[in-house]
Amino acid sequence: MRREIPLAITFLVGMFMLVDFFVPHHAVSSAAAEMKQWGTIVIAASILLGVGNLIRVHYKKISRKQEGWGYSIVTMSVMAIMLFFGGPWGTIQEGSAFNWMFLNVQVPLQSTMFSLLAFFIASAAYRAFRLRSVESSMLLISAIIVMLGRVPLGQLLTRGLPEQATLPWLTEMIMAYPNMAAFRGILMGAALGVMAMGLRVILGIERSYLGGDK
Amino acid sequence: MNQVRRILLVSLALAAAAVGSVRAQETAPQDGIESAALDIVPPGPPCALTVRDYLEHSDSGDKIEIEWGLSPDDGSGAGDVTGYVLSRSLAEGEVGDVLEEIASGATHYVDVSVEPGVEYYYSLEAYDGTNSSERVWAGPVAGRVNLFQWSRLSVLVLMLLFFAMVTWFTAAAGKGAKLFVRRIPGLNAIEEAVGRATEMGRPVLYVPGIGEIDNIMTIASLNILSHVAKITARYDTPLIVPTARAVVMSAAEEVVKQAYAEVGNPDAYNPDNIRYLSDAQFAFAGAVNGIMLREKPAANLYMGAFWAESLLLAETGFEAGAIQVAGTAMVSQLPFFVTACDFTLMGEELYAASAYLSREPKLLGGLKGSDWMKVVSIVLMVAGIVAHIVGLEWFVAWFQTQ
Repeated sequence: MRREIPLAITFLVGMFMLVDFFVPHHAVSSAAAEMKQWGTIVIAASILLGVGNLIRVHYKKISRKQEGWGYSIVTMSVMAIMLFFGGPWGTIQEGSAFNWMFLNVQVPLQSTMFSLLAFFIASAAYRAFRLRSVESSMLLISAIIVMLGRVPLGQLLTRGLPEQATLPWLTEMIMAYPNMAAFRGILMGAALGVMAMGLRVILGIERSYLGGDK
Repeated sequence: MNQVRRILLVSLALAAAAVGSVRAQETAPQDGIESAALDIVPPGPPCALTVRDYLEHSDSGDKIEIEWGLSPDDGSGAGDVTGYVLSRSLAEGEVGDVLEEIASGATHYVDVSVEPGVEYYYSLEAYDGTNSSERVWAGPVAGRVNLFQWSRLSVLVLMLLFFAMVTWFTAAAGKGAKLFVRRIPGLNAIEEAVGRATEMGRPVLYVPGIGEIDNIMTIASLNILSHVAKITARYDTPLIVPTARAVVMSAAEEVVKQAYAEVGNPDAYNPDNIRYLSDAQFAFAGAVNGIMLREKPAANLYMGAFWAESLLLAETGFEAGAIQVAGTAMVSQLPFFVTACDFTLMGEELYAASAYLSREPKLLGGLKGSDWMKVVSIVLMVAGIVAHIVGLEWFVAWFQTQ
């Protein structure tokens, strides 16, 4: 029963969502909307599981003084501080301590992580564009054309040439045809993969995600 | 004397001009007042008001379509119609509430706020800014609930065809038919990567993306995790699974625990290795990078839905010297994984992984069905292009869902 009940729920809900796609009756759509809301509520409530896991893992690390346990103290302290200020004084109210810490600590930290991406892109691009084979040479040439074609310098470099020889035109051609063809090919394959996977999950053929096949 | 005369003349001229100006103001009425006073003729009413249930897009009975003919003074005649006022009521002869003020020249409106099955009466009048025309009436009309979205018939037909193919191939595989599946190097590399980690005595890091559990990529990732966990359980290699979603963490715990039990090594399962880190995208990326640098996994597997954090993870893993295998259907993140990882599963390969790794006939049937559906899609695309060229627009229109 431990396996059958989740499989039955998956089948019923999956089929109902399919029916909702094809039947415009408000009774169906409102029931489907209600179900989706349940899903959102369950997901929101599950944050407690996450917090429990976080506390368990870091508590063990601190108590056993495992490598990097200092970071665990920081994590636990920060979580305690945010919970302390967020509970009684609210979270998103302007001027609240929680909101202040969110805007002045978490947001800048996240922005910093995001901005690191620029450096990672540079190092990844360096490796990707190295001339090693015919394919990597084509990638390098295409990348140079596209990068130059998207900035004013590209326009300046090929000014005076026939339109079909200008960098912006070549950029558009690369993006609109070979790039788009590959993009759509992957998307279509993925879409069919999603459908096949969905069918396997609804019919209970695929059940590894429930914890094992048996 | 001359100077005095000149001053008198100028004064007289100014006085005359002032008197003339006052008279002119008295006799010439202001423009607005003149038109208001003169326009006492109301515009002609709109004609042929018709109301009907909105059918084109197979709605849920909450729409009524209203059409009318222009007032004779809209665009012709007096040409002073500035718009129409549409009202809706529940009883015949009652004006009810104003539903919409519609600009002149329009002859069509869709009321999207009706209760299905309730009968309504509509009235329409033209106005010219001052006067309103006689009101014209239509009704009763009720929005009828449709039981099928006919514009999606093509989707249903193709979906049923696809399901039939999957079922057929699944049944054939179940009966022992040999189904060929091309080699997917990325999936073969997973076992190699785990083997390498075992040899080096270091853990395997498996990141199931940052998608929620309702994301099909996350489900596909959990399926692959089950296979990876079996391999690590067999080799007795630690498996670290950092997650960004609490429900995914819970599901991953169950998947890994069950996999260890199935292989017969339940004691090797360490619940502390299935970790919830943070829902925040970059906090999660930072925490995973920390794990890579501190715990030094020898193999990093990224499978699931990734966004901007993909390169942050993969580049850090590359710098740390781990063997890396990634898989996602997020097309915009694929180039990053291709650049920084040793192997990448692209799009559909992620969904095929479970069938490929387990070689279970039922799952392989689904894979084969997808392949044949791709053939059907290509044929239909070519047919659509040809139909458009030769003018068979009905064929193209049949596939349009909007």
